[in-house]
Amino acid sequence: MINQYIPLLIIFIFSAGLALFFIVFSHIMGPRRETPEKLMTYECGIDPIGDARLRFSIKFFIIAIIFLVFDIEVIFLYPWAVLFRKLGLFGLIEMGIFLVILIIGLFYVWKRGALEWE
Amino acid sequence: MVLEYIIMIVKALVAPIAVVCCVPIEVWLERRGSGFIQDRPGPNRIPIFGRRNAGLIQPVADVVKLFLKEDIIPANVNRTLFLLAPFLVVFVAFTTFAVIPYGDVLEIGGMTIPLQVADVNFGLLYIFALASFSVYGVLLAGWSSNNKYSLMGGLRCSAQMISYEIAMGLSVIGILMVFETLRLNEIARAQGNLLFGFLPAWGVVLQPLGFILFLVAAFAETNRTPFDLPEADSEIVAGYHLEYSSIKFAMFFMAEYMAMVVASGVIVTLFFGGWQIPWLPTATLVAAVGPIVTALLQIAAFAAKLFFFLWFFVWVRWTVPRFRYDQLMGLGWKVMLPLALLNIFVTGIILLLIG
Repeated sequence: MINQYIPLLIIFIFSAGLALFFIVFSHIMGPRRETPEKLMTYECGIDPIGDARLRFSIKFFIIAIIFLVFDIEVIFLYPWAVLFRKLGLFGLIEMGIFLVILIIGLFYVWKRGALEWE
Repeated sequence: MVLEYIIMIVKALVAPIAVVCCVPIEVWLERRGSGFIQDRPGPNRIPIFGRRNAGLIQPVADVVKLFLKEDIIPANVNRTLFLLAPFLVVFVAFTTFAVIPYGDVLEIGGMTIPLQVADVNFGLLYIFALASFSVYGVLLAGWSSNNKYSLMGGLRCSAQMISYEIAMGLSVIGILMVFETLRLNEIARAQGNLLFGFLPAWGVVLQPLGFILFLVAAFAETNRTPFDLPEADSEIVAGYHLEYSSIKFAMFFMAEYMAMVVASGVIVTLFFGGWQIPWLPTATLVAAVGPIVTALLQIAAFAAKLFFFLWFFVWVRWTVPRFRYDQLMGLGWKVMLPLALLNIFVTGIILLLIG
């Protein structure tokens, strides 16, 4: 059934074209009166100090790593959920063991304070 | 055969346009609704032929204005990524609606037309895949703007979106276990059955906890109040789209509203029967009023449910105050994630017990 993918291809091309049209059309239609002040980084009217290539909180990085682990867990759950009734009790226990391992991981992360934001 | 292809192409082109057309209506609903809740009129001008039309033309006028505004690209931004970000965000918003069904299969003149752009067997996964994709747009916008407020807004927003994506992904597992399919049209069709002979077997009845978790996660994913920290105007001005002007700003704005339309569509399809009219299955309707009227009635039912949830987004905005960031992340990881796992186990045990 390759047919079911054709509408997706059409909608992808159409959406990309429409999004591109928005950017280009407004670029052509809008006026252009650039001044150095206008092109400056906006910081509530004060001259910006340095730029924004700064170091940021490690917390965001930790969240991204935990996300990666749990998102893969979610992906594993999808085919299992669809086939759940065929797998029966065996499926529930198998997935239970898999989830308990990950929940131990979550508790470890939790107790180590990775989910705390001060 | 040719006619079927033409219908397929028309459906694929109409769906994104319909979602775009929902945006001005939703903006109008939000402004008038805010006015109604705060006891003020809201926008009520922009007359057409001397009639004010309750301010309905206001969002259209705004879009025209934004198209004609000066397109400022600040000097020290990363130009390629700066232009790519709004493109990505809008592209995702346009394409996500493709798998949401807005009516049952229409059988007319020997042809079967599913009222849905693409009836793919990975429907729900497609929605989650594209929803994750929109994080790139936000992150690229925040980083490429080279502005401290944008960077902070982008980081906050992406951390929030990925955290709630897990809760969202886990909250629908129960629905999949009950309906045993990823095809959204089949999920909607299964919800036409009756429980105990009178109660529609809607997802909200079968999965109440899953519904609440999904609803909260949908608010966080679309960055709406009470989870609108990425945009918190009083702290970081506007967040990741601070440096964007003219239509590029409008593209982020539109994408947010289109994300609300898609989120409402998914909520309606998974938990509120999609296009089902309660107690009136398609076969009964077709026998009574014919296939075309049936299709129109089902589209109307879907739209009515959709607009109820769009109104719900506005309603919540003026009811609940904004969260603090630690509360937001705490809710996502420490409350919703364990509850979603619990929901899966309870659903599994109940399904095994009833066979």
